[in-house]
Amino acid sequence: MSEQSTNRQGGAVENTVTPSTDTVTVERAAAESGRGGGGGLMSGSFGRNLGLVVALLLICAAGVITAGDRFASIDNTLTILRFASTIGVVSIGMTFVITGGGIDLSVGAILALCSVWATTFATQTMAGDTHWVIMVFVALAVGSACGLVNGVLIAYGKVVPFITTLAMLAAARGLAEIISERRTQIVTVDGFKDFFSADVLGVPFLVIIFAVVSVAGWILFNRTTFGRRTLAVGGNPEAARLAGINVNRHTVLLYVLVGFCCGLAALMLVSRTTTGSSTHGTLLELDVIAAVVIGGTLLTGGRGTIAGTVLGVLIFATLGNVFTLNNQDTSTQAVAKGVIIIVAVLLQQRLARNATST
Amino acid sequence: MNDAPLLTMRGIVKRFPGVLALGGVELEVRAGEVHCLLGQNGAGKSTLIKVLSASYQPDEGQILWEGEPVALSTPQTAMDLGISTIYQELDLVPDLSVAENIFLGHELSTAGFSQRGETLRRTRDLLARLGHSEIPATRSVGRLSPAAQQIVSMARALSQDTRLLILDEPSAVLDQGEVNNLFRVIRDLTTEGVAVVYISHRLEEIRQIGDRITVLKDGSTVATGLAVDQTPTSELIKLMTGRSIEYVFPPRGEVVEPTGDPVLEVTGLELAGVFTGVDLSVRAGEIVGLAGLVGAGRSEILETLYGARRPSAGTVRVAGRELRRGSVPAAVKAGVGLAPEERKSQGLLLDQAIYANITVSTLGRFSRFGLLDSRAERKRSAEVAESLDVRPAGVDRLVRLLSGGNQQKVVLARWLLRGCRVLLLDEPTRGVDVGARAEIYALVRSLADSGVAVVVVSSEVEEVLGLADRVLVVREGRVVHEGPAGEIDESRVLDLVMEGKVA
Repeated sequence: MSEQSTNRQGGAVENTVTPSTDTVTVERAAAESGRGGGGGLMSGSFGRNLGLVVALLLICAAGVITAGDRFASIDNTLTILRFASTIGVVSIGMTFVITGGGIDLSVGAILALCSVWATTFATQTMAGDTHWVIMVFVALAVGSACGLVNGVLIAYGKVVPFITTLAMLAAARGLAEIISERRTQIVTVDGFKDFFSADVLGVPFLVIIFAVVSVAGWILFNRTTFGRRTLAVGGNPEAARLAGINVNRHTVLLYVLVGFCCGLAALMLVSRTTTGSSTHGTLLELDVIAAVVIGGTLLTGGRGTIAGTVLGVLIFATLGNVFTLNNQDTSTQAVAKGVIIIVAVLLQQRLARNATST
Repeated sequence: MNDAPLLTMRGIVKRFPGVLALGGVELEVRAGEVHCLLGQNGAGKSTLIKVLSASYQPDEGQILWEGEPVALSTPQTAMDLGISTIYQELDLVPDLSVAENIFLGHELSTAGFSQRGETLRRTRDLLARLGHSEIPATRSVGRLSPAAQQIVSMARALSQDTRLLILDEPSAVLDQGEVNNLFRVIRDLTTEGVAVVYISHRLEEIRQIGDRITVLKDGSTVATGLAVDQTPTSELIKLMTGRSIEYVFPPRGEVVEPTGDPVLEVTGLELAGVFTGVDLSVRAGEIVGLAGLVGAGRSEILETLYGARRPSAGTVRVAGRELRRGSVPAAVKAGVGLAPEERKSQGLLLDQAIYANITVSTLGRFSRFGLLDSRAERKRSAEVAESLDVRPAGVDRLVRLLSGGNQQKVVLARWLLRGCRVLLLDEPTRGVDVGARAEIYALVRSLADSGVAVVVVSSEVEEVLGLADRVLVVREGRVVHEGPAGEIDESRVLDLVMEGKVA
């Protein structure tokens, strides 16, 4: 990084010394500055993730100082990760939606509906009679279907994402309450419980799911046509359309993806709590959007980062854990969360300004 | 006090990280003159304007206002001196009314209550002074035509006590009649002692309106204070480009014999309320030009046959097969490509790398099971970019950082890489400097020679006549003339274009 900045300075110095009437020099300087700019951007996103890592380490240090061994234990680390994994899976999906120029406020409600639908008496009976995997199918299908409804309304109905998903937020939770008759549903299918509460070499299965989803999300985002089109659709929908991308279809797919992630997260939460409930995932949308935004994804679309989102999720999960270990109530946590979001966004804007003026 | 020029800029230097945007600019503007600022894209004109309007602070240099040094530290100080800028991209609030926009920031009010009547009266006065009293003062600006919006911007500048008016390519969105009106307004202003800094690519306009010229190149002043009537055009081009070039069009191909089936065939195309009954057929290797005024429906015709708008009647066939109505993917699949009019907002992903912009329509080719082969992408797009001489070289640069001409080349590279049968070009050289224009013309011709059917839309009649084999003249949504480009001249086209207006 330091080498690059020296390089850039060198270019600038040469530029001022040489009379700029010499076209050849100017072109070379311009080419160099181009390379410098590219490097600067790369170091920008790298630097941003580095900043998040530093923030995470600071929170960990605070945890060690205030809670000592209660914080720095394997058990506690797994608790943090287990907690992070549910939010994390949804956040990966949300990163795609936000980068694609949208927003989904209904993730918490969709999660609740999935959890309830997958644990109704009928579903569990069927699952008990045949195979617990029925519950998995139900949750994923319900989540994807909700996403499909959101996506179709937004892409083809031209209802703005904020309103569409706000309506879904109300409707999906209401439906969850109707189905469950506002009662918490206990999971009785042992196969399901056994499968999700298992661990591999001491790592809980839930954490493994989060890890797999993160890696798959990273590949999908950075290495596939789907990811590239998401950037194009979010960055300039009109240009994407005129370049021949089916913007409407892509938008639908983005919301189906986040809906699917909600279904998966619902299964994880159901197994963690061994219940399905219409109150699951209340205010999840706030935690998820906050994690995505502090990770460095632009709310206006066109730029996003999966690694940043994962770090954002871990920061909030760890922070919550440190507060809990210090017997601070959730209200204090909420205030701290608010402050962190604002600070992160302010820093981000600074970085963005530097990047564009280069 | 009146002896000193209104504005003097000396040795203005502005650096951005890694780039020297201005490397010592000299400019002197006298009260009551129209001072033209010439230069290719990337020469530093925009940066200079931003220094003048105090959006940017210069790193070195001195600015004198009536002989006194001033520091233009905030946009407000520039406004207080009487410097108003009308930018190329208009900065109006679309949902506010004409009157509200004009007095935005300096609303007329008594004790905090806005003076509605007075505001409307003054707005009507200003519009009348600009010769556009037909613009309703209460209509929201978003519903006005681009030309009318520009008049509103001018009215806004005049609503303050303007002594120096900066116009950044004002004629880009105007047709000939509106340009004439603009010139009339400018002359009125200068007789009142207002100084105007006029920026345009069009040399013939500068001849009409300008008094003196300053030429910028690569961020420096190469000539300043040239008298317009004593400087030949060739001299100006030489100063701007550093080499002597003519406004050259490539030679047409072999005489187009009407052989072979048309690649693009449009019959009875209609977009209700915009254009109707458009028939068009283009053979491989042929360039067809559409001439007409802004608002005649030229761009809409292109967008409709590209599938970006759904026609109310008519069919589009490519190589004999009818395209699905209103579907861009269908058109692209059939081998149609469009370089849209608004390059930045419709054509490019400004914050993405050059290579991503080039491959965006061919992603399928670089992926296996959805996984992108980024190296192949870079390699292929670098080859295409190099063949088009996109500068600076290297495809990892953000498109935002390129000049207009190079951005246009990136759009063309996209379709070149895809290999299209039909290429639709909407204002292919808008915002492109003289040097890059010739390159783009040559490129379009060589594409045609390789068998592509090309349709070009342009506001510049000279461009349509010079580039196309066959010309269609569009007036008020109808094709009023069709014939070989060699059999019609500029004045005849203008007659055809204007006829409806006279009647």
